[in-house]
Amino acid sequence: MADFADLMWILLSVMVVNNFTLSYFLGLCPFFGVSGRIGTAVRMGAANIFVLLITSVAAWFLNTYLLENAPYLRLISFIVVIASTVQIVEIAFRKLAPVLFRELGIFLPLITTNCAILGLAIFQTNRAYGFLEGILFALGAGLGLTLALVLMASIRERVELSDVPALARGLALNFFIAGFLSLAFMGFAGLFST
Amino acid sequence: MPGHRASNADVIRGTCHATPALRPNASRRVGDVLGRGIWRENPVLVQALGLCPALAVTNTVANSIAMATATFFVLTSSSVLVSSLRRVIPEEVRISAYVMIIATFVTVVEMVMQATMPTVHKALGAYVFLIVVNCMILSRQEAFASRQPVPAALVDAAGTGIGFFIALLMMGSVRELLGSGSLLGVPLLGQGFEPWVIMALPPGGFFTIGFLLLGLNAWKQRKGRGESHAHRAVRRWPHAVVSQTRQEVA
Repeated sequence: MADFADLMWILLSVMVVNNFTLSYFLGLCPFFGVSGRIGTAVRMGAANIFVLLITSVAAWFLNTYLLENAPYLRLISFIVVIASTVQIVEIAFRKLAPVLFRELGIFLPLITTNCAILGLAIFQTNRAYGFLEGILFALGAGLGLTLALVLMASIRERVELSDVPALARGLALNFFIAGFLSLAFMGFAGLFST
Repeated sequence: MPGHRASNADVIRGTCHATPALRPNASRRVGDVLGRGIWRENPVLVQALGLCPALAVTNTVANSIAMATATFFVLTSSSVLVSSLRRVIPEEVRISAYVMIIATFVTVVEMVMQATMPTVHKALGAYVFLIVVNCMILSRQEAFASRQPVPAALVDAAGTGIGFFIALLMMGSVRELLGSGSLLGVPLLGQGFEPWVIMALPPGGFFTIGFLLLGLNAWKQRKGRGESHAHRAVRRWPHAVVSQTRQEVA
């Protein structure tokens, strides 16, 4: 059992220092796709945190109880389990929390194909995280994704009002913004030097 | 749940442009399909698909080549298999079936890489597995391979794969040259060059693709200006073309 400081390190490190979006390039589709408005960004982030937590538990279960003797089936079983879990969660949400379901809308099914989800399951496996470590890793990854999304959305809301050269408008500009955000996040690496 | 399937499929279809039909024995069509994948609808630079590997593993040329080759293999094999199974796979579960097929080929690539090229395998790390969720591959299955015969699907997949290869090679060469002053590990810029380390780090990926897109936009704009020589004619000989221009306006 890891101690408290180790667990906090896992949470913080994946949230800011090794941010999934800005330093691992995972989940770039929603990062550029739904970062137009802050409200949408927050909801997408929340949906992501939720699915990441479920995935972490599912991956831990698969790794601990089923895949010990068949590591070559890891990828296929991860993909199938993630896709079906998201579907089940979706059905449950529609029945139990219709308001929340409508809020999340199209984002929930789309999250299945988000590379951050599969990335989390694979990183967790490679680093041999236990149950609690996995949960905190997923929470940190989700919070980090949300942070990046909301920052991006706030910058884009401001940039909409400024006079950008026609050449750079659109995707090129978004890449530059992401680059500067990524550069800023590199500064967090100093947090853990001691 | 037909609703969910439809929404997933719509999104994937939405990311792809209209696909011209490919008839057998028509070399012009083959060239057309190849050219579309390689340049006109380049998966990375034009459609912005498969960004995750295009940014994550292009810090050196060698890594870019390894990733692009692996993706090329997965894409062409999946397209051929999906195309040959297109009458067998039921409509309702087709996306899941495509993902399973892609995941199988990725597992093959991963195991071959681990056995034959351990250093490359280590450098690419988890990103080899993440080829599964490269939306470029899934979109080619949904938009082309699932409704075209095997040879056509192979040509389409090869074109897209080469387009991906070119994009990754461009990213990798810029980032390795500026980030460590070398290409494929061979130092090129001499002793006086101070390596621009940031280009090999994550922010460099974002900046490089940003500049590539800027260059592409500028090139397209210049090409667009070249085509509108009719307007220049109006400026030079207004009387000669004024009637024609009026017709165009009307």
